[in-house]
Amino acid sequence: MINKIFFIYFAIAIVTLSLVIITRKSLVHSVLFMLALFFHIAGLYLFLNAEFLALVQIIVYAGAILVLFLFVIMLLNIREDELKEQYSSFWPAGISIGIVFLIVLLRMPAFSLGIKGVWDIKSVTEATSTGAIGQVLYTEYLLPFEVASLILLIAIIGAIILAKKRFSK
Amino acid sequence: MINETLYNLIITIIKIIVVLSVAMLHVAFAVYFERKTIGHMQRRLGPMEVGPHGILQSFADVIKLFFKEDLVPASADKPLFYIAPVIGIAATMVSLSVVPFFNGFAIANIKVGLLFLFAMSSLGAYAVILAGWASNSKYSFLGGMRSSAQVISYEVSMGLSLVGVMIMAESLNLNDIVAAQQNFPTRLYIIPQFIGFVVFVLSAMAETNRVPFDLPEAEQELVAGYFTEYSGMRFALFFLAEYIGMLVMSSVAVVCFLGGWGLPGFIYSIFSGSSIFISILEVICFLFKLYMCMFFYYWVRSTLPRYRYDQLMSLGWKILIPVSVFNILITGTIKMLVQ
Repeated sequence: MINKIFFIYFAIAIVTLSLVIITRKSLVHSVLFMLALFFHIAGLYLFLNAEFLALVQIIVYAGAILVLFLFVIMLLNIREDELKEQYSSFWPAGISIGIVFLIVLLRMPAFSLGIKGVWDIKSVTEATSTGAIGQVLYTEYLLPFEVASLILLIAIIGAIILAKKRFSK
Repeated sequence: MINETLYNLIITIIKIIVVLSVAMLHVAFAVYFERKTIGHMQRRLGPMEVGPHGILQSFADVIKLFFKEDLVPASADKPLFYIAPVIGIAATMVSLSVVPFFNGFAIANIKVGLLFLFAMSSLGAYAVILAGWASNSKYSFLGGMRSSAQVISYEVSMGLSLVGVMIMAESLNLNDIVAAQQNFPTRLYIIPQFIGFVVFVLSAMAETNRVPFDLPEAEQELVAGYFTEYSGMRFALFFLAEYIGMLVMSSVAVVCFLGGWGLPGFIYSIFSGSSIFISILEVICFLFKLYMCMFFYYWVRSTLPRYRYDQLMSLGWKILIPVSVFNILITGTIKMLVQ
């Protein structure tokens, strides 16, 4: 009962906050609402007994990525009237893409329950969620994990090369 | 079932009230302690007028701040200007909820306490950046920009410096980390984890914007940095957030490296009868270590000059992060060999 009430609250809050984010005129205000949104997503994770994931969500998204967003917005110094002219004409395209995406999402079989894995709630709570993620990540999914880190490394090197000054002409 | 929930709720509220009021009162005396320490290190007396040896000076300052006019710049972004100090104070105060002051006591004894502390300390950056942006003043803005870069950079090395402790204690719960140190031969993690401790101390100083890394509020260049435009109680909130932030960072250092509430073994055997007395001794032990760390902050402040900005960045990225990664490597290898 309490779980359901909280889930309804989080669901409504997440949808409302997402709408608020894309309708703000000031980009910095949008970022602040996004911060609230990330906290609500972390709350959802907490209800799924995934406290590690909830805190990583806050540390990575709220603590690092969103600060970078803020940093970039302040450096670009976009004027509000400029923003309005440039992007407000795209809304029909945006809405039609959104509707197509929604139809695809609703027709997907992802909403039916799949086969249960080895890690049910009991075994996760026993190993703590941090321990369970660590176990699985470094044994079963070691290769995808390393590949993902390699991809991130490539992105970092790419950014450095783009930003590097070229001395020889 | 309902009664039990209600009982837990009341106990938690009492804990929150006790910890918060002690933390608030602590700030008053921490400021006094700082002014006296720096005063004597610079061969001055420090505050002397209000009360014996000036001990009530902070209370006089608080009363003054209460009655000051609350100014808001005309071109400020008002909602953000109002909310920035609130985010700052909330982030630091919430961090206090996971700190174990004696065996088993923490407002919230959660499994991922250390991660929670990281999350909240990174949230503190928003207060600084938003205050700098919302004030619409060049000094505030520069302070906010400097702080955002600094906090993001040093968060990485702070997180990495504590991984060694996590590996050794095999837990993220702060109470378990202290208990694990009790069972460790040296009883303190500072001895095997000295590299991690040094990296942590430097990063904590940068995270809390203290000397020698106080570039976001460098007086000579930026007036007062990000809170230049704040006055009265809003200024006091930033002040409070800074000092409670120092308290939180010091308690992380105490819990993770200096043994937390852990007393020497023979004391437990002498007073094995009365658990209340042992708890009191544990609190005293914890607070003693905590104030040693706070004293270190003040000591550094009165002796070292400020870093240059490029030096700050190269120290963070080129020295502290590689060193802490190296520390993780060594700790992990030794842990594997021992097992």
